[in-house]
Amino acid sequence: MILGLIEHDRGMLNEMSLEMLTFGRDLANRLNLPLEAVLIGEGANALAEGLQAYGVSKVHLVQHPRLDDYAPEAWAQSVVELIESEKPQAVMASGTDRGNEVLAYVGARTNLPMAANCTEVEPGDPYTVTRVRWGGSLLEEAHLTGEPKLLTVAPFMIPVEEGEAAGELVLNTVTPALDDKDFRVRVVERVKSTGDTVSLTDARVVVGGGRGVGSSEGFESLDELAALLEGAVGCSRAVTNQGWRPHADQIGQTGARIAPDLYIACGISGAIQHTVGCKGAKQILVINADPEAPILSKAGYAVIGDLHEVVPVLNAEIKKLKNQ
Amino acid sequence: MNVLVCVKRVPSTGAKIVLTENQREIETRYLGFTVSPHEECAVEEAVRLVEARGGASVVLTLGPEVAVEQLRDSMALGIDRAILLETDGSEWDSMATAAAIVEAVRAQHDAGTDFDVLLFGNEAADTGGYQAPIRVAHALNLPCVSGIKSLEIKDGAAIAKREGPGGWEVFEVSLPAVFTVKEGINLPRYPSLPGRLKAKKKPVDRIEPQRNGGKLKMVKLMNPKEEVSQADVLGEGPGAAPKIVEILKEMGVV
Ligand SMILES: Cc1cc2nc3c(=O)[nH]c(=O)nc-3n(C[C@H](O)[C@H](O)[C@H](O)COP(=O)(O)OP(=O)(O)OC[C@H]3O[C@@H](n4cnc5c(N)ncnc54)[C@H](O)[C@@H]3O)c2cc1C
Repeated sequence: MILGLIEHDRGMLNEMSLEMLTFGRDLANRLNLPLEAVLIGEGANALAEGLQAYGVSKVHLVQHPRLDDYAPEAWAQSVVELIESEKPQAVMASGTDRGNEVLAYVGARTNLPMAANCTEVEPGDPYTVTRVRWGGSLLEEAHLTGEPKLLTVAPFMIPVEEGEAAGELVLNTVTPALDDKDFRVRVVERVKSTGDTVSLTDARVVVGGGRGVGSSEGFESLDELAALLEGAVGCSRAVTNQGWRPHADQIGQTGARIAPDLYIACGISGAIQHTVGCKGAKQILVINADPEAPILSKAGYAVIGDLHEVVPVLNAEIKKLKNQ
Repeated sequence: MNVLVCVKRVPSTGAKIVLTENQREIETRYLGFTVSPHEECAVEEAVRLVEARGGASVVLTLGPEVAVEQLRDSMALGIDRAILLETDGSEWDSMATAAAIVEAVRAQHDAGTDFDVLLFGNEAADTGGYQAPIRVAHALNLPCVSGIKSLEIKDGAAIAKREGPGGWEVFEVSLPAVFTVKEGINLPRYPSLPGRLKAKKKPVDRIEPQRNGGKLKMVKLMNPKEEVSQADVLGEGPGAAPKIVEILKEMGVV
């Protein structure tokens, strides 16, 4: 059987798990094996029912009085015990912070390799997987050995598809043997993020600024443009490095991944570590002084010129339109 | 307080990654080299910890002889000494890398240095394996908090924060401990000229590590299929503003 670790936060499903189940079901079908899932902590029991629509025939409910919140080592140990009792051929999780973290611990505890952020898998011994490198800018084909195969599924690469499992959903309640050590790393407190502005990852319009903006004051006209379009401001690493904007605004491999309807990239050259973060944008408009800037090859529209001249005039035009 | 920080030399790729003919490496002939931004921040964090509490900071890398460049870069920022786990430059998987780092940490212990804090980047910029630090922590029986963007040390314990669903998740662990750092935890300083000069004289321990691993084997590298668009140039300078507004109207964003 193929075992998928469902990610949730105190009972709230992480939708990325459905991508993982879609991926896992495809593999299970090709191998003619059942797809099973594991839910950790009592708080997640209610999610079990909904998994059948994605092809899950059996859900392992891991119950333990201390599993009321996320604790990576305790989650990993729970999976390790299921590996021992259920002998899955492969164990998968989402390629999220938590998914990669838990499977890395599983790999460490079982001394097995783990392939993070896969986009394709070809079963066999070894498995041949395709996985992402450089945050998605490069792909790798690799051979993955081990019993079971451990892998995570790259986020946003697999379109979620339903595929009902036949028969009645089987529930299997298990209580793992967890000790204090398994809980030495756990969430002890939560602090809500402040800020009521539109978040970068949810914004419909993102106005990005790069080194070409020149200073933190230079962002004033970009802030205004974003406000006019009810969007958010983002930036390149050249900007955060200078301290012109906080790192929370950075788009790219080591920053945020954005998926707006429109990304307006001002004074950004288009390094691959930046553009990998805006792959999800439906449309890109570039404002750049250099007609040869690589980012033009990712854009639908471009204006060649000094952003400090173009953006203020654009803002004035939008205001004119709004006042009509 | 003794701090170890582990970094990895990677090419500074530009707007496109070019592969060698056999598709097993990135064509680096015309590229410079660097470490991941996550690791730059880890180095800065190590320097700050030791500045604030005394002790020593050590930077470690597993890589070819030329990776001494990244060790010197780190020492130019204030790291005291370096360890090079020297390889022939071929790629080591996460298990092999972690095992070699564990050996090096044990050897440091035998030589009289115990680390209170072991820092890594959240993931290597190139291979993105997401596991070497966790494997190191497991082998050394240390707690590990990954993806942190804040670290505070208080009475032998560490309070680390990372971004989770809906806000900050706070973790508290006792030291020694392993942390993987994400960019944003701090704003790394730039090296000073005296820093660069000093770095040239700081010691680099060279060790030839044992290689065991190879259970996740790269077969080949591929560029993802990407649509290359030919941007429709709306015009030059501010005169193009009305055309932009037309486009915005068409898209329904204004
Ligand atoms: C492992 C790794 C991870 C990285 N992660 C990220 C990441 O997450 N995000 C990120 O952004 N970068 C990241 N980088 C850095 C990346 O490689 C580039 O260095 C960075 O994106 C460049 O930023 P930029 O385009 O603003 O600056 P530049 O490349 O310097 O480009 C500036 C652009 O502004 C234009 N310009 C200048 N003046 C004006 C003007 N007045 N009006 C209009 N245009 C003007 C220029 O023509 C040029 O195109 C990473 C690098 C590495 C090695």
